[in-house]
Amino acid sequence: MKFAVALAPRAEPARTMQWTSPLLAIVLTLMAGALLFALMGQDPVQGLKVFLWEPLATRRGWSELGLKATPLILCAVGLAVCFRANVWNIGAEGQLIAGAIAGGGVALLATRDSSRMIVPAIILAAACGGAVWAAITAWLRDRFNASEILVSLMLVYVAQLLLAWLVQGAWKDPEGFGFPQSKLFESAARMPIMLAGTRLNIGFALAFAAAGTLWLMLAKMAIGYQLKVAGLAPLAARYAGFSERRLLWFALLVSGALAGIAGGIEATGPVGQLTPTISPGYGFAAIIVAFVGRLHPVGIVFASFLMALFYIGGELAQSRLGLPSALTGVFQGLLLFFLLACDTLIMYRPVWRKPVRVMP
Amino acid sequence: MTPRLALQGVTKRFGETIANDAISLEVMPGEIVAVLGENGAGKSTLMKVVYGVVRPDAGHIFIDGREVHIDSPARARALGVSMVFQHFVLFDSLTLAENVALGLPPEPLSTLSARLLELARRYDLDVDPAKRVHDLSVGERQRVEILRALMTSPRLLILDEPTSVLKPQAIDRLFDTLEQLAVDGVSVLFISHKLDEIRRVTHRCAVLRGGRLVATVDTRRQTEATLARLMIGADPPTIAAHDSPSGDVVLAVRGLDTTHAAERRQWLHGLGLDVCRGEIVGIAGVSGNGQAALMAVLSGEWLDVRGSICLFGSEVAHVSTPGRRALGLRYIPEERLGHGAVTELSLQENVVLTRDALRAGGLVNFRRSRLLAEILIERFGVKTTGPGAAAASLSGGNLQKFIVGREIEAQPRVLLVNQPTWGVDVGAAVAIRNELLALRKAGCAILIVSEDLDELFELSDRLFVMSKGRLSPGVRPGEISVQDIGRWMSGLWPQQVVPV
Repeated sequence: MKFAVALAPRAEPARTMQWTSPLLAIVLTLMAGALLFALMGQDPVQGLKVFLWEPLATRRGWSELGLKATPLILCAVGLAVCFRANVWNIGAEGQLIAGAIAGGGVALLATRDSSRMIVPAIILAAACGGAVWAAITAWLRDRFNASEILVSLMLVYVAQLLLAWLVQGAWKDPEGFGFPQSKLFESAARMPIMLAGTRLNIGFALAFAAAGTLWLMLAKMAIGYQLKVAGLAPLAARYAGFSERRLLWFALLVSGALAGIAGGIEATGPVGQLTPTISPGYGFAAIIVAFVGRLHPVGIVFASFLMALFYIGGELAQSRLGLPSALTGVFQGLLLFFLLACDTLIMYRPVWRKPVRVMP
Repeated sequence: MTPRLALQGVTKRFGETIANDAISLEVMPGEIVAVLGENGAGKSTLMKVVYGVVRPDAGHIFIDGREVHIDSPARARALGVSMVFQHFVLFDSLTLAENVALGLPPEPLSTLSARLLELARRYDLDVDPAKRVHDLSVGERQRVEILRALMTSPRLLILDEPTSVLKPQAIDRLFDTLEQLAVDGVSVLFISHKLDEIRRVTHRCAVLRGGRLVATVDTRRQTEATLARLMIGADPPTIAAHDSPSGDVVLAVRGLDTTHAAERRQWLHGLGLDVCRGEIVGIAGVSGNGQAALMAVLSGEWLDVRGSICLFGSEVAHVSTPGRRALGLRYIPEERLGHGAVTELSLQENVVLTRDALRAGGLVNFRRSRLLAEILIERFGVKTTGPGAAAASLSGGNLQKFIVGREIEAQPRVLLVNQPTWGVDVGAAVAIRNELLALRKAGCAILIVSEDLDELFELSDRLFVMSKGRLSPGVRPGEISVQDIGRWMSGLWPQQVVPV
């Protein structure tokens, strides 16, 4: 028997599917999630309610959502710049950690008497840290034509080990009972809180500013146009005279700096010190966010909130229902899987056909 | 006799426009039928319906008297229908043999290569099965497409402008092949704009205009003029007569050489060439002989080159494309999709590609680019829904008019054109050629690379032939025959020709 459904190429890509595909993927993810709860012996409705609804029921819940969305927005809008130009930076996680190291390093210099002016210095250092980390990838690609996919990914593990080495060595808190972590940052070196009584800090505003700036850049500015042309038609970019090398460096430095800022804010915001597990995989989740958001800053903001919800929902499912927190990763994976599946419908249409018996 | 293919009332709409309006057509076994029409007349859509790429909204298709529903190219091939597309459908990173293997039942590559070579020899289509497609020129790619279609031993073969990249001698052989296929009972549907070819090789001709079948005529009883009138619905525009002034040398090329660059696909061997103000220089040759490299080097897309390119007295061999544009040099590439235009972007966005002023100061001036796109659509008669339409939505000829218009409107002082009218219908081709002649009259120096000899003979003041990265001596078109040019295309030109 052959499959009763086949895919036939469309004459033209379906425009409406561009945006309905992510929505369809979200719905399918929720359905698969419900099935997953049922298989684990939970009431699916109750499970989804804990996972998706309870985080939104309180003011604190919303602030936590914004807190988690912040690094995702920062990383994903930067990745969108890369992906639009066909620069496959998948090492935002490493750039985020490098930013956390650089920003955290400046924060560790703060004393009891330090002024608030150290905050911009921390953010600047974090941006530079992330940008330097991304620059390694850019240089290797530019100089030796090394695959940026492999290099940026492998640099993630280098960054993680560098951080682990620092917090177990030079930066280890002498009063930390031997735990691999730095001392707590002085209060002057902590990100200022935006909403009293919550953990939501100015990083949230910064993320929105970054999304807005990048929207402006991609939609209105010459560099955004060049990135788009280079991504869609490299030959046309050469014809127009856009420098591939310049665009490669630009895309990687911008996304590296933004991921670095995300790391610096995470370290000096909610975490408050450097630990080996500073990021629960924000840099990788941001890849999914960038694609679910259609590489568009506005779409990315919405997708970031959804992904943040998965993070918080996973924690709640663990504490309330006793389910493993790996559920967050499962939901993320499901979403990407369904998105990729739904995206085929942009270029193909399903065709129902009568089952055909294949003769032996 | 039962027709091999019979269409009854085939209708296809794309949104507002009717691409095919109740078309009925029969093709008998062993018959060669031409489908003639201007760009946008609905020829390609009709062929795609037969090949299962596009589903008709209404109508019936019969093959050998049996009604069929062709819902995919695979189904079409199972029914014995094969097609050679105008835009190639090949995987760049695979070899030629692997590309052919993809459409066929599993078979060891070695035996497939052998069959391929056998077929290639029979039809004089010179190819190397082990070469990767990205190393092939446009002409070579088309040969692969034709071979691929022939590999399935089709009963109905559809060819969408198959001759546009072949040498005159190879066209003769292809036509011999088609006639042999017809004798063997294979039906052939042949799309072409070249009226002489249609008269030479086809038995009947179906003329489409605005999506309707306006006439089906016995080709051999028609003249080119009557066919053209049927197609356009009026007398074709005439070519403006041109006199040939000669002026100062504005583009001087000396010792152009790319043989040092190992990764280059096409090598240039110490080329020299002068182009004067108010002159059209034509370069003939089968594509894949270095024309692409020459254009890339002259336009500034490839900077890694030895030798000298002197533009208005300044050395530009290592100046990038925007720098050369600033000096008045403009370039119209051969490939419209993805090179001359970004298919996914709108016309107004595509205007920005080569208008550096619209990107000055870091911001894109979309208001002015929209205005400019509107002007280009109006002035060059581009058929489209408006400046917001994606370049991909235009037919090949209309997109070419837009790209040619974009470069001409910038008032170039030197213009490089690669295949100005490739895949463009007669009306649009005449319009483009007239624009080039007007530009020459205004003092522009024009260098045209083309495989259309008629076009080169019609436009050029001086003519060169390119073969294996070398340039023949220049001649005036009136002083050499088409047959001689055909011979020169194989590199067999005399060492000494009376200098022009």
